[in-house]
Amino acid sequence: MVPVLLILIPLLAGIVSFFISNEKTARSWALLASLITLLVSIFGLTVLKDPSNLAFETSWLGSLGSSFSVKLDGMGQILCLLTAVSYPIIFISTWHAPFNKANNFFGLMLLAQAGLMGVFLSMDALLFYFFWELALIPVYFLCSQWGGERRIAVTFKFFIYTFIGSLLMLVGILYLYSQTPGSSFAIADFYNINLPNNVQSRIFWLMFIAFAIKMPIFPFHTWQPDTYEQTNYATTMVLSGIMVKMGVFGLIRWLLPVLPAASYAWGDTVSTLAIIGMIYASLIAIRQNDLKRLVAYSSIAHIGLMCVAIFAETESGMQGVMIQMFNHGINIIALWIVVEIIERQFGTRKISELGGLAKKMPALSILMMVVALANIALPLTNSFIGEFLMFNGIFGSTITKYNVVFMVCAGITIILAAIYTLNMIRRVFYGEANELTANAVDIRTNEKWILVAVVVLIFVLGVYPQSMLDISSETVNGILKEADITPYLIGK
Amino acid sequence: MNALIISAVFGVIMMFTGIFVKQKPVQHTMAIIGVALLLLINILEMNGIVFFKVNTEGFMLFDRFALLFNSVAFGSTLVYFLLSARDMEKVGHYFADYVALIFFILCGIVLVASFQSLLILFLGIEIISIPLYILTGTSKRNLKSNEASLKYLLMGAFSTGIMLMGIALIYGATGTFTTRYMNFGEGPSALAIAGMLLMFFSMAFKVSAAPFHFWTPDVYDGSPTVFTSFMATIVKVAAFVGFIRLFYDAFGSIHEDWKLVAAIIAACTLLIGNITAVFQQSVKRMLAYSSISQAGFMLLALLAFNATGKEGIILYAAAYSLATIGTFAILLKMNDHSFESFNGFARQQPLLAGANVVFLLSLSGIPLTAGFLAKFYMLKATLEAGGLMWLVILAVIMAAVSVYYYFRLIQAMYFKEGDGNAIEVSSGFKIMLVAVAALLIILGIFPNLLLNWLYF
Repeated sequence: MVPVLLILIPLLAGIVSFFISNEKTARSWALLASLITLLVSIFGLTVLKDPSNLAFETSWLGSLGSSFSVKLDGMGQILCLLTAVSYPIIFISTWHAPFNKANNFFGLMLLAQAGLMGVFLSMDALLFYFFWELALIPVYFLCSQWGGERRIAVTFKFFIYTFIGSLLMLVGILYLYSQTPGSSFAIADFYNINLPNNVQSRIFWLMFIAFAIKMPIFPFHTWQPDTYEQTNYATTMVLSGIMVKMGVFGLIRWLLPVLPAASYAWGDTVSTLAIIGMIYASLIAIRQNDLKRLVAYSSIAHIGLMCVAIFAETESGMQGVMIQMFNHGINIIALWIVVEIIERQFGTRKISELGGLAKKMPALSILMMVVALANIALPLTNSFIGEFLMFNGIFGSTITKYNVVFMVCAGITIILAAIYTLNMIRRVFYGEANELTANAVDIRTNEKWILVAVVVLIFVLGVYPQSMLDISSETVNGILKEADITPYLIGK
Repeated sequence: MNALIISAVFGVIMMFTGIFVKQKPVQHTMAIIGVALLLLINILEMNGIVFFKVNTEGFMLFDRFALLFNSVAFGSTLVYFLLSARDMEKVGHYFADYVALIFFILCGIVLVASFQSLLILFLGIEIISIPLYILTGTSKRNLKSNEASLKYLLMGAFSTGIMLMGIALIYGATGTFTTRYMNFGEGPSALAIAGMLLMFFSMAFKVSAAPFHFWTPDVYDGSPTVFTSFMATIVKVAAFVGFIRLFYDAFGSIHEDWKLVAAIIAACTLLIGNITAVFQQSVKRMLAYSSISQAGFMLLALLAFNATGKEGIILYAAAYSLATIGTFAILLKMNDHSFESFNGFARQQPLLAGANVVFLLSLSGIPLTAGFLAKFYMLKATLEAGGLMWLVILAVIMAAVSVYYYFRLIQAMYFKEGDGNAIEVSSGFKIMLVAVAALLIILGIFPNLLLNWLYF
């Protein structure tokens, strides 16, 4: 029941929202809906933990072998929780942001949430593809309608990029489907397919490109900084906080266990691409003068690390990815909130034009400092746990020969992350205030409390991550078992 | 059989209505009643109630496939009449005659969907084509319309000639016109191959597959928009159904001999249709090229040669026809046909714009719309046919290209500011259009509502 509610509540609330004419009502309605979704998600973790509540299946396209099958497993729990937590944060933090035709805006936001939930919950490949696209369409409208001057062209690039990726994935899914014994789209049947290695490789690339574009992995990342820059903040938060996780999630659920031999064979190639992307993005971030683009590039670097850890195929690394998906989501949303406050107040995102905010905006500065430290993965913050586990996993990986190289290269990007993040903090918050920032006033109450909430989450997960790790451990072990390549190696 | 006779009779009735009944609303109502009746009796026939028991001597076979396609064609025509009949009145003074011609075309469609003999196929194709030549030229004072009509006639006659030659050669090789009895032996003779190829090319011409598509943009652009809508949808998918029937029934045993040709033609059609559509400045011309690119997708059902392809073409016919008719119905209300005229359309007509988005999403194959499942069936059929992975990948990349030009319209409607040339539409039109959009979504979630008719 819980997974159905998680999809249905935002879906219906979103449709209703289109018919609300009053802006204030639309806002409150969207917030209410997102809070109810959050409540349901928390119930799913606690009170309604019984497995019978967490799975739902009903016949749908019977003749095609597809069914409406949704289930909350460990990974689903974490990502649905992330989606459910992010939405109220986004809505509250942008409470005062003006939106032309707010009812449509919030309707589309909620529809996107329904699509995202569906992606994380589907246990059927065709259903997964359905939701994969459904999450994209509202976001396309959101990005194109509310944002900067170049938004239409930029969003279109983003859309075409992801659409090509997802169509290639569809071909991959169709091929896998034709190889299942009873022609079925069920995930269990996908896991049981045994393909020859060369075929696996081909399908691997078809599917990987879709996920790589979403994450994004070098060289498929070019849409991302532009889109983040041109889009309105609320949508950027959805894009960077939750949507990129679709790619990571896809790798873990639909690629590694389905095509283990190819994942093994191409793992090093993919990791190398990810490493190149990480270093490249970090170097660009250091030279970046625009706050939004800086955060965008830093996101590429963080996601790259997750990709390397996934292809290391160790329990520690995978657990790190699980917890880091959540952490990265809330951290980057917090960063966007801060950037939004700065841009709204000073009308600029240029680092060179800002300075000395700490004196004028003490609350913001303190909160931002914590978020920034989390971005560098300092101990006590949530990211430290995630990145530590991932590094541990990469280092201990038996599946790749280059684990030390990957580890060292990835380690360099942590240092680079410290450089660009702290440098940004120094230039924006410290130093002398200029005439632009001289009259700055501190943040509003709603923003303050939402940032405080995120900071509390950062510390709680940084000090006591076990609760989160417990949720995902079973899924991680299950996936690693499916992804085990030993049977293939004996064949050689 | 029901539909064949009733459509012919109604065609004649409408001709006389034009003489004896002068009131447009009466003619209008009669046309709609006629199509609704056709749809009804066709559905009755699917349930085993046949009014006219005629022995066709094995020339025709009204099986599930044919009857279901007839229903799709009549249903689409009904939608077309309900949405665009008023625009048909604006073309010229002879509304009843236009409707009569459309009924004759429907009669031809029934023949093409259910033929068992090459002679009936030829008859059906001609009965479809000749009224179309006239309809193309109905805008008498418009030079472009005249040019389109003449061009269509010449090219159509040419391709019909090729088809006749093909039929003659096939007859020479097999000694029969009946598709089911054709026996090509171990290896087909050169005569049979030549005949088969000639038939292939002439049918490719009728469905405007590249490189036989050159007439399409000019004819579609030149003829009155309201008739372009009909030609590009119902007539085109009917020709496809005939194409598929011919090659599944008659040439199924030599599938390997034409599979590659079909694959190459499908690839050319996809490439040319999609890439040329990107550069169009007029929505009408864009839709003409889009119809070529959609034909490329439908060709996949032909070359797949399996049950999935046959199911898929029915779904494709419904999805493509309804979506295109809907888009054309909106285009007909616009003052001019450029993309710019749609600027700011969403602000002015939110309901119409919303419905149009559903049509365009369906045409580009986004999930939750019938268009997605239609494309999905095509890809599935091709994969099942085996050895055509390259074509499948090409097809999906071209589907991504098609997003470019379909979404240009969405961008114009929603994201661009326009002066918004005010258009007037009745609330009935709006309701109808929203209903069609809803139907596309329902078919996109439950395609079995339609496809189960093939078997039960």
